[in-house]
Amino acid sequence: MAFKHFASAFVTAALLAGPALAQDRVVNVYNWSDYIDEDILSEFTEETGIKVVYDVFDSNEILETKLLAGSTGYDVVVPSGTFLSRQIQAGVFMALDKGKLGNLSNMWDAIAERVQKYDPENQHSINYMWGTTGIGYNVDKVKEALGDDAPVDSWDLVFKPENMEKLAACGVHFLDAPAELIPAALNYLGEDPDSHDTDLIGKAADLLMGVRPHIQKFHSSEYINALANGDICVAVGWSGDVLQARDRAAEADNNVTVEYAIPKEGALMWFDQMAIPADAKNVEEAHTFIDYIMRPEVAAKASNYVYYANGNQASQSLLNDDVIGDTAIYPDAATTEKLYTTTAYPPKVQRIVTRAWTRVKSGS
Amino acid sequence: MEGRLGRILLILVPYLWLLVFFLVPFVIVFKISFSETAIAMPPYLPVFDLSEGWEAFKAAFARLSFDNYAWLTEDDLYIRSYLSSLWIASVSTIITLMVGYPIAYGMARAPTAWRPTLLMLVILPFWTSFLIRVYAWIGILKKEGLLNLALISLGVIDEPLTILNTNTAVYIGIVYSYLPFMVLPLYSALEKLDGSLLEAAQDLGCTPIKAFWVVTVPLSLPGIVAGCFLVFIPAVGEFVIPDLLGGSETLMIGKTLWVEFFSNRDWPVSSAVAVLLLLVLIVPIVLFQMHQQRQQEREAG
Repeated sequence: MAFKHFASAFVTAALLAGPALAQDRVVNVYNWSDYIDEDILSEFTEETGIKVVYDVFDSNEILETKLLAGSTGYDVVVPSGTFLSRQIQAGVFMALDKGKLGNLSNMWDAIAERVQKYDPENQHSINYMWGTTGIGYNVDKVKEALGDDAPVDSWDLVFKPENMEKLAACGVHFLDAPAELIPAALNYLGEDPDSHDTDLIGKAADLLMGVRPHIQKFHSSEYINALANGDICVAVGWSGDVLQARDRAAEADNNVTVEYAIPKEGALMWFDQMAIPADAKNVEEAHTFIDYIMRPEVAAKASNYVYYANGNQASQSLLNDDVIGDTAIYPDAATTEKLYTTTAYPPKVQRIVTRAWTRVKSGS
Repeated sequence: MEGRLGRILLILVPYLWLLVFFLVPFVIVFKISFSETAIAMPPYLPVFDLSEGWEAFKAAFARLSFDNYAWLTEDDLYIRSYLSSLWIASVSTIITLMVGYPIAYGMARAPTAWRPTLLMLVILPFWTSFLIRVYAWIGILKKEGLLNLALISLGVIDEPLTILNTNTAVYIGIVYSYLPFMVLPLYSALEKLDGSLLEAAQDLGCTPIKAFWVVTVPLSLPGIVAGCFLVFIPAVGEFVIPDLLGGSETLMIGKTLWVEFFSNRDWPVSSAVAVLLLLVLIVPIVLFQMHQQRQQEREAG
């Protein structure tokens, strides 16, 4: 009897909720983990009445696999440039309806031009954030291991086995991102970081093999907390993630000081682009969402929170000083010149790169 | 008449289940394993185009390429992953048995009134998500984690042990996660044990330890076998535990498959890896089935 009662209550509730649900406007967003001030989402919903279903990933590979399988159910996704270019070739994205993007004029030409390498004529994507892949380190622990003149501003720190040997005790993490570490190694060796030459890629892998015994883990998101807690002393990671670790450590007041350096030899500059899958169901809402993010005050709020630079020029006057004034986030002209970009690997080269990476990770 | 229909339906259900949830997905994976990668959605070329009729289908069948399987033998990564997975699963199974047996034995010997509670305690961890429980081990095993803090404050060690991100952590994770699958069949075998047999052994001059080895262990063999298979088979293909607790040198086929699928975007080769994994596991699965069948026949007879 109780069950029957419950069941009928359930049916009534479902009937009442049904029509309301049908009218709810939704946008399904799939973005990187730790990559937004969640207030932005609630404010967006408050203003537009569009509910945001927000889901996160921590590697381009996961996003790409979902996108290539199709029917992801996502309306806005945020791949990085190199991955975006291949996904565009595979027909994953729809061309943006620029008529619905009134805030487009806020965007920064310098960034949009660089992105054209991946997205010709910027037809399919809008820049969300951009950043660099460099070195995050625990100031005191690195000093303890390597002395006062530790080469924290150089790739020597992580690519010279003698340095890594001493750092191993306090813990070193590398990103689990072959498409970023192989170019970093190539650049360190004085080669073209964007080389698709398989012999050169082999040499880069050899360099990584030399230091791998001293690497505790290859992972693309655990290092934020690990750095902040003092569990590790060095991470090859993404600029904003390291700076978030710096902030978390400062908030926790645990005597951990984290810093980020763009090594003097140069570093990868990457772009995370908002795009709409061709099979998205809420295309109108997706455009509204992207246009909202392009508002100067929203873009500034996002950058102030995640410590990544954005591609929105109009937002720059609204950024906090510790964001716009930090050369680790908005590098000066001299540093910017040393930043390099890469392109997607063709499938054959990709296999060599992945195999080399597996060799590096497993040590054989 | 109606009884017969009911019986057929009853037999049909498990077969339908197998067909829909095992055979159909397997055929799809098997088909993809003969394909080639492409920059497209989905990222491989179709093997068969059914719209072109039966003749074209037969022609495509004749053209089937085993390149992806050949590739698995060319690079020793795959064979090493399979072997390493089998090794890790075997060692974990043995440890689980050694840990699980005393637990099950204690439960079976406990006063009858306690048993439901003890049984409940074994099943209790399942109420929390598997993922969260594995994550909790990170907090226990890490350098500044609970285990190291406890050992240091007790004066057992001076320097924190590096356990997390090593194969040791993987063993701990697997043993912990699969322990209930070992304990439950052991318990059900040991609970059925007739206590008078042990008394008889003692009357005939057996020491308790010898009685354990000649009476208890052989009689609990069905439970040992069932428990070992229930741990071993899923442990071979385990992905989450080596991914979260393992280190960069932990090589398991689940991780290799993940890399093949996600990093290489090579669905055809990852499908071939999956098909081979199934073949590797079919041997223990068939052995297990045969054992179960014999067991049932013996119990029926």
